Amino acid sequence: MENHAPQPTPKDGAPQLAVHAVGLTKSFGSRAALAGLDLAVPEGSVTALIGPNGSGKTTTVRILATLLAPDAGRATVFGHDVVEEPGAVRAAIGVTGQFSAVDKLLTGRENFALMAGLHHLRRAVALERTAANLERFELIEAADRPVITYSGGMRRRLDLAMTLMGDPRIVFLDEPTTGLDPRGRQVLWRIAGDLVTDGVTVLLTTQYLEEADRLADRVALIDRGVLVAEGTPSELKKRALGGRIRLHFADVDALAAAAVEFDRAARNEDDLSLELASDGSVAGIRDVLDRLESHGIKPESLSAQPPDLDDVFFALTGGPKPSGANLMAEGQ
Amino acid sequence: MTALSLALADTTTMLRRDARHAVRFPMVTISGLLVPVLFLLLFDGVFGHTLRAGLGGAVSGGYINYVLPGILVMAAASVAESTALGVNADMGEGIIARFRTMAIWRPSVLAGPVTGSVVRTLITGAAVCLFALALGFSPNANALDWLAAIGLFALLGMALSWLTVAFGLLAKTPAGANSLSLILLVLPFVSSAFVPTAAMPAGVRAFAEYQPFTSIIDTFRSLLTGTPMGHHDILAIAWCVGIAVVGSLWAVKLYNRDSPVAS
Repeated sequence: MENHAPQPTPKDGAPQLAVHAVGLTKSFGSRAALAGLDLAVPEGSVTALIGPNGSGKTTTVRILATLLAPDAGRATVFGHDVVEEPGAVRAAIGVTGQFSAVDKLLTGRENFALMAGLHHLRRAVALERTAANLERFELIEAADRPVITYSGGMRRRLDLAMTLMGDPRIVFLDEPTTGLDPRGRQVLWRIAGDLVTDGVTVLLTTQYLEEADRLADRVALIDRGVLVAEGTPSELKKRALGGRIRLHFADVDALAAAAVEFDRAARNEDDLSLELASDGSVAGIRDVLDRLESHGIKPESLSAQPPDLDDVFFALTGGPKPSGANLMAEGQ
Repeated sequence: MTALSLALADTTTMLRRDARHAVRFPMVTISGLLVPVLFLLLFDGVFGHTLRAGLGGAVSGGYINYVLPGILVMAAASVAESTALGVNADMGEGIIARFRTMAIWRPSVLAGPVTGSVVRTLITGAAVCLFALALGFSPNANALDWLAAIGLFALLGMALSWLTVAFGLLAKTPAGANSLSLILLVLPFVSSAFVPTAAMPAGVRAFAEYQPFTSIIDTFRSLLTGTPMGHHDILAIAWCVGIAVVGSLWAVKLYNRDSPVAS
């Protein structure tokens, strides 16, 4: 632990890096999950790692949480190498994954006691933190019931609360709201927001762009195992230029004809619409309409939308937005 | 915190977790007791008369005096089997992944259930002995003999539990863990548990005489009923220590296999 690896030196005045990964690669069989990923998470930030399914988000978190060794590259958490000094890394981190890391056979209170024991907390501190967490995570009434009787949202809250029992310096939240109903999501967002106030660094992975937009002050976009873009949400939105143009058509044939012309657009058969990235300029809209006109395709209506993180996906990954984005829209 | 006190503290925490599971689901402990009690009833009540006649004057008392040491070994094997099932099911739980990301003494995740298993083995052994006494078991042992027998029984429980924890980690399903552990319940049949090895055909006899359970059973028999000890005690301890060492190293290796960032 005293054998400090050369640490990434922060620029003057810049905060220390909580996570610094350089050139991480990891393959499972012939499938490359990470293909040279670089990632920097400043201390005290909430950084969202966003990317489509299979882009390497969870693999990244598993490597940083010392659950997996990378094939190449290196990663440090608060200056400790995840492979060389896993003990020091584990002492600094808290992990809440996609699948409940709770003991279903124990009660909520017993789960807290288990964490308190493994963190070697003094009894008074353990009781105090247990009481505080039960209240903050809205679990007081369920405290003495076996977790097996909890709802999905309650388990997720207990999971995060257990992670916080050890007072981690950085919390990894791997898709914390996947599968939760809108109410459960709201509670988790509120708590995640509180974490930052307490000075905890958060690395969040999510498919929900709205979640990243709402919680994160930095976003790292990854696609096919490499970092595609990084910055504040507003910086990234600028890179997505003008947002999107949505075209509505009268029938499937018109929609199909337009989809051939704009092959990178997202097509929605249900409401007969086509969504394209735009640069936000009037000339750009006119250009789209001219192209349709020249092929004899007549849209019913057109709407221009300001950019959001969805557009960052369009602009920077060139692919469809992640599947979760639609779920999110429905949940609201 | 020193490495030793960390190991002890974390194992105690994991033992507490195991005990809570055992109290909440007492069927696990009860099912571990079922096998030895059934075998005791079967071999004492059904086969006992005929088997006792075959033993002649070589042993004193009823057949239950001869068979109880073997039943005790089966009790330890039966409890260890339930531990294998428990560990196998537990490894699929998300909480284990959490333990892997925590700065704890890693083997405590296994040492907790093993310690719990030893406690269940001792409780089961005591219940089997009480049941046997009610059926007419007449021990010829002083307090020191009993103490030695309890000590060896705990050591046996630990050895078999480490081995079956490794089975539980090796098997992909509870059914697989169960089949592997079944070996431990079958092995006593080819030992001195039910009939003396001298009564077996030459090839089988060689195996029966040298397999670990025979020396362990003969040690219990000598301690509890006063048959000659010979070198059985030394061999029994050596086998138990050997199985415990191999089992624990194997189990820890299997546990670390699933997450290559060890230490």
